[in-house]
Amino acid sequence: MRSILTIYRKELSDHFSSNKFLILLALIYIAGLSSTYVALSNIREAASSLDKHVFLYLFTTGGDVLPSFITFISFFVPIIGIIFGFDAINSERNSGNLSRVLSQPIYRDSLINGKFLAGITTLSIIIASIVFIISGIGLFSIGVPPTTEEILRIFFFIFLCVFYGGFWMGLSILFSITMEKTAASILTAIAIWIFLMFFLPIISNAIANSIVPLADDSTLTEIARNYSIENAISKISPATLFSESILVILMPVGGNLFSNSVAYLQSYDLLNSGEMILNPLTLGQSLIQVWPQLVVIVALAIICFAISYVIFMRQEIRST
Amino acid sequence: MNENSNLIISQNLSKKYNEHLAVDNLNISIKKGEIFGLLGPNGAGKSTIILMLLGLTEPTSGSISIGGYNSTKEPLKVKRITGYLPEKVGFYEDMSAMGNLAYTAELNNIPYREIPKKIDEVLEIVSLSKNKNQIVKTFSKGMKQRLGIADVLIKDPSLIIFDEPTEGLDVKVANQILQTILDLNREKGITFLLSSHQLNLIQRICTRVGILSRGKLINQGSVESLGRDLFGGGKYRIELELERVTDEIIEKLKKLDKVVSVNVSDKQLKIVCDKDIRQDISRLISNEGILMTRMDMKQDALEEIYLKYFKEE
Repeated sequence: MRSILTIYRKELSDHFSSNKFLILLALIYIAGLSSTYVALSNIREAASSLDKHVFLYLFTTGGDVLPSFITFISFFVPIIGIIFGFDAINSERNSGNLSRVLSQPIYRDSLINGKFLAGITTLSIIIASIVFIISGIGLFSIGVPPTTEEILRIFFFIFLCVFYGGFWMGLSILFSITMEKTAASILTAIAIWIFLMFFLPIISNAIANSIVPLADDSTLTEIARNYSIENAISKISPATLFSESILVILMPVGGNLFSNSVAYLQSYDLLNSGEMILNPLTLGQSLIQVWPQLVVIVALAIICFAISYVIFMRQEIRST
Repeated sequence: MNENSNLIISQNLSKKYNEHLAVDNLNISIKKGEIFGLLGPNGAGKSTIILMLLGLTEPTSGSISIGGYNSTKEPLKVKRITGYLPEKVGFYEDMSAMGNLAYTAELNNIPYREIPKKIDEVLEIVSLSKNKNQIVKTFSKGMKQRLGIADVLIKDPSLIIFDEPTEGLDVKVANQILQTILDLNREKGITFLLSSHQLNLIQRICTRVGILSRGKLINQGSVESLGRDLFGGGKYRIELELERVTDEIIEKLKKLDKVVSVNVSDKQLKIVCDKDIRQDISRLISNEGILMTRMDMKQDALEEIYLKYFKEE
């Protein structure tokens, strides 16, 4: 156990003193503070007077120029995960440290466990710190303290971010184990992220349109079927699952509609005409809504790390 | 464990990677206090043996133990008494020498309060005390190699495995490293297992040498005994070139003390002997009034032994 702690402490101190940590922290803080400024400017228009969850609008309200904080987070969390994992093992191997460290009286898994835990801790600190800073600024600016439910929702949001980042970290650690060069491991991880984040929605849209083509005179059933197919395919991506989850968690009013495009489509006219008013979901209801997504994200993070672990344990350690 | 007991014992050790037999039925024993050199060309199986010794890879069959601990079943106990210095010794370049050593000390469960004293001690041995707080990336290769020795000494090992200890070092630094190895062997009784291609250096410090070829240990022993096995006895070989060779001079040479054999080829003579008898030969030939145009002496240099074994590889 002491060996894991030793490696964990060393890795943590490496992360905190590294330039990549400072650059990522600065980027996240700039993005977070900018989106908070935009949210504070638009929060009056976004929140209705009856809304009980005004505080959460700090995270979900965007503007014309800058998107909301959760949009930034969806973008940055995978990057942080990848950055803190892509060179975990291959850099140790290339520098000649791997064989030296593993020739010490430690179990081999101590190394990968210590590194993963240190990466997750760093990610948690980055996410939690910016969320708490935004909350603090919001508290001063809007003068409305968060309710217990809002605080819990914020913690669930942080929890989701950490597991989502954990998935990307596990994936990039996997590449750092299987690939010799750090450049190859980071490029592969980024390529997968770009595919899942940007290309999968285009592909799922194309597939849905080829199965159920839409025209101006398409019926609501056809549109709904087209949306369902697109939605089902895009759910392959953890990015989609994460976006849907955080919307439901941080938008008790209507957030769940974004994860169900058919329901959204059906209620769109009614909502616009004011004939339908949405009630906020309780935290329990929100969690039931995102339970499948949440389980899949946590499972993906665990599976990725487990594969990395198994490969690393079976891998040949060369002397150079 | 008494002085002569075996520290490393390998019995019928084999390692197969798919169809490739990297180590083939290796039986070897290295005594406590020995400096054992493992020689062989690339791919001979040296690194695989080292990895199996450290428990970093499992043998396909057979067993290997260090200090009575089975490397496969008790790798932590083995690694507690064994220091390993790879050919490309790696350090965390942005950390100081002290930081790197403290990390190794913590991984070896050395109590926190003892770590600073231990670091001072090992840095003193390798003459790096002044560089204690220096960042490792500013170190020369020689300094890194010395730091590597300090790194393995942190755990007070009974055995140090050194992969290419002097590779890429200039002669002066290489000599310092070899001297440090000899001092540690003599003063602390540490056993060394060296794997190297720099044969002359190995020859200078190794008490015994093992020659590996295609995973098989084809011979082992002192450089002298390996030479005898290969060249048919006699530690020294003296080659002469004379103006003329007579039967009389051959007979007289054969009768000289410590001469094992005399072979003649045209005007050249090859004398195998157990002692440096060049003065006696010179005197004898001079007395016979024969002009000697050349005289060379060769010991059973490891390089020759090595080339003899590996001339086809």
